[in-house]
Amino acid sequence: MTLLLSPRRIGRFFMSLSGLGRIGLIVSLAWVVIALFGSLLAPYGMMDMSGGKVFASSSLAYPLGTDFLGRDLLSRILYGARYSIGLALAATVIASVSGTLLALVSTVIGKWFDEIVCRIVDALLVTPSKILALLVIAIYGSDLRVLVLTAGVIYMPGAFRIAHSQAVGINATEYVTVARLNGESTFHIACREILPNMIHPMLTDFGLRFVYNVLMLSGLSFLGLGVQPPYADWGSLVRENLSGLSSGAPAVIMPALAIATLTIGVNLLIDSLAVRRRGGARG
Amino acid sequence: MSTECLVEVADLQVVARGDDGAEIPIVKDVSFSIRRGEVLALIGESGSGKTTIALTLLGYARRGCRIAGGRVAVGGIDVLAAAPAALRDLRGRRVAYVAQSASASFNPALRVIDQVIEGVCVRRLMSRKAAREKAVGLFRALALPSPESIGERYPHQVSGGQLQRLMAAMALMSDPEVVVFDEPTTALDVTTQIEVLRAFKRAIAQFNISAVYVSHDLAVVAQIADRVLVLRNGEIQEEGALEQIIDAPAHPYTRSLMAAAEPSCRLTEEDTDQSGKQPPLLEISNLIAGYGECDRAGMPSARVLDDINLTLRRGTTLGVIGESGSGKSTLAYVIAGMLAPAQGVLRFAGKPLPAEHRKRDRDLYRRIQLAFQNADKVLNPAQDIQTILSRPLRHFERCAPKEVPARVARLLDLVELPSSIAHRRPGELSGGQKQRVNLARALAADPELIICDEVTSALDTVVGAAILDLLVALRHELNMSYLFISHDLSTVRSICDDIVVLFKGQKVDACNPSTLLSQPRHPYTSLLIDSVPEMRANWLEETALRAKA
Repeated sequence: MTLLLSPRRIGRFFMSLSGLGRIGLIVSLAWVVIALFGSLLAPYGMMDMSGGKVFASSSLAYPLGTDFLGRDLLSRILYGARYSIGLALAATVIASVSGTLLALVSTVIGKWFDEIVCRIVDALLVTPSKILALLVIAIYGSDLRVLVLTAGVIYMPGAFRIAHSQAVGINATEYVTVARLNGESTFHIACREILPNMIHPMLTDFGLRFVYNVLMLSGLSFLGLGVQPPYADWGSLVRENLSGLSSGAPAVIMPALAIATLTIGVNLLIDSLAVRRRGGARG
Repeated sequence: MSTECLVEVADLQVVARGDDGAEIPIVKDVSFSIRRGEVLALIGESGSGKTTIALTLLGYARRGCRIAGGRVAVGGIDVLAAAPAALRDLRGRRVAYVAQSASASFNPALRVIDQVIEGVCVRRLMSRKAAREKAVGLFRALALPSPESIGERYPHQVSGGQLQRLMAAMALMSDPEVVVFDEPTTALDVTTQIEVLRAFKRAIAQFNISAVYVSHDLAVVAQIADRVLVLRNGEIQEEGALEQIIDAPAHPYTRSLMAAAEPSCRLTEEDTDQSGKQPPLLEISNLIAGYGECDRAGMPSARVLDDINLTLRRGTTLGVIGESGSGKSTLAYVIAGMLAPAQGVLRFAGKPLPAEHRKRDRDLYRRIQLAFQNADKVLNPAQDIQTILSRPLRHFERCAPKEVPARVARLLDLVELPSSIAHRRPGELSGGQKQRVNLARALAADPELIICDEVTSALDTVVGAAILDLLVALRHELNMSYLFISHDLSTVRSICDDIVVLFKGQKVDACNPSTLLSQPRHPYTSLLIDSVPEMRANWLEETALRAKA
């Protein structure tokens, strides 16, 4: 969203954040840039095993050391960012957009339709999400599309619940009543009166949901069910280098640190978005 | 009464941190003193800093505010310099606070008595048993029904007026020297307000309390205060004894406050003459409506309106008055089509009005517009004023798309707002401005009838009076008809041609403003008339005598 705004508004947006929020924004943006251009920045190829010894500690040639096959870890993390961030982002977009739209439609139509949709979503909500993910992957195999769709479906009910409570609240406000009394179309009420007023909390929720997705996809990869070798996201980097833990190799710590900085950075950003002073960039 | 000063405030300054981080002064150089046993009223419109000043007596500034300078002394203690422990002792024992909304101040999960005595028990000022006995004594002093057992109830089991008195009892538990009353009767109906005022006044005399009474209503203040401080924008406009402020206000602002509170008739004689000759616009006969499931006869389980008949003539204003729960808002919903009545016939401009909203056509939607009470929630915060006002113009095709900006400018002009406001959002407007935009949106549809549901109730007296003037001006200019719903008899009296009194869903009385006072009325109407405070110092005592007689 922010990238689409004019430079002046980006500046205003930045100034409206708290100190921690600015740190979060810089960290998150840095990771997004790495996800986009990581392959160009990487000093070695992803599969380049030409280098030094296995589980080396950091040196000038290998800034973050090497992994269990002697590959450069920095390059592996830079390549892995694309999977970790890209997959989580795609899954979160699916979850948030479908959840918001479904909530909007079901609230505006109301009555029995709303009731049915809510119960179905509740059923999804009480299903243990990790086990459902394991089940789906066990049935359909570990394909990237399956991963993204599964993560999207699993996190949709949460987004739906938040969007639904927002929409129900706005649906009962007087300005929606006035629009209804004037005989406005359902489409107008949904898109003009309700949606703009619930988009802000949903953007905040989007950030939070993104963090969950990063963690869950990393967790699946750690179990060996996510991104398959030789490609690797950060979760699988932790898993494949686990044998280096006893020797204190940085190869285990560094991808874990990458996950931690990304999640903390995004969290700081969205926390400050929630308490941001009014008058910054809105929409 | 001794002449010793109990509270002394000198050169008080309070600042608030604005959006851009700059500090804005909201209270400027305010100084006053209160003697023992004296009641000082702080009066002014919202944003005048009256609550902020009252809270400084407890050494407290609301979030985002800071006490920047001056001196506040209560009984010789410098409140602003006091250590946290001393401040806690001061708040618990010497200064007490009664908030505006008692229902929001009680914990709904605990019994009333436990909350009333909590303060003194936590501070170990007295044992639980002694505290309960004292509380019962206070309940009796505040004229609460069945004082022995009312404490055992939960907050939702007592009425709003009773809860307000229970809160006063809570404040009086520790025998405070100063009590701060923050608009304690503003949220109450007039008939309840008078009981609460009477109880407060007696308690103040009985316990010889010094008090600060914050209010925007001069007539209420006239019943309870000894001295009055008139505030505006955080500055003192005028200070004086009650009689002097009421009988001979010196400052122009005080005079404008008095004028706004004065019940005046805004209609000319010509209006009254004309109104009788107009054809009927809206006729309602034998209307029954309510909520809940219907029984076999088609009657709802909770009947809110019972056999209502009324007629609104074109170009006139029909006032509907009643206290909360009388069904007056339900009447508005039925006419607007939000609620289908169980029985009864509605006729609009000579034709039957379909009961259900979706059976009406778009032209009917346009001709009947509804203006709600709460201007904060009635305008979409995500749209600017231009968008809000142009929507009905486009939707009802009132003008060519090219002319929309010009029409919006005219609408803003009609409700006396500057056209520069068109590009602002509702959040940037004041309460009065939002209510004007709300009316402008209703006018944009070129309606024949505007249902005004408590449009001035959430506004200050001065701002509300300006809205009433606007309604009358629009009526003259556009021959507009209004159904004016209110709980406030004096506003209804000042702009309506006919008045209908609702009581528990039934129409108990109908009259016009001139016969309202001159003829004997239904007992409930008389009670309403007698409950509206008049701006005289001894009105409260006189009504008590009249009630006994």
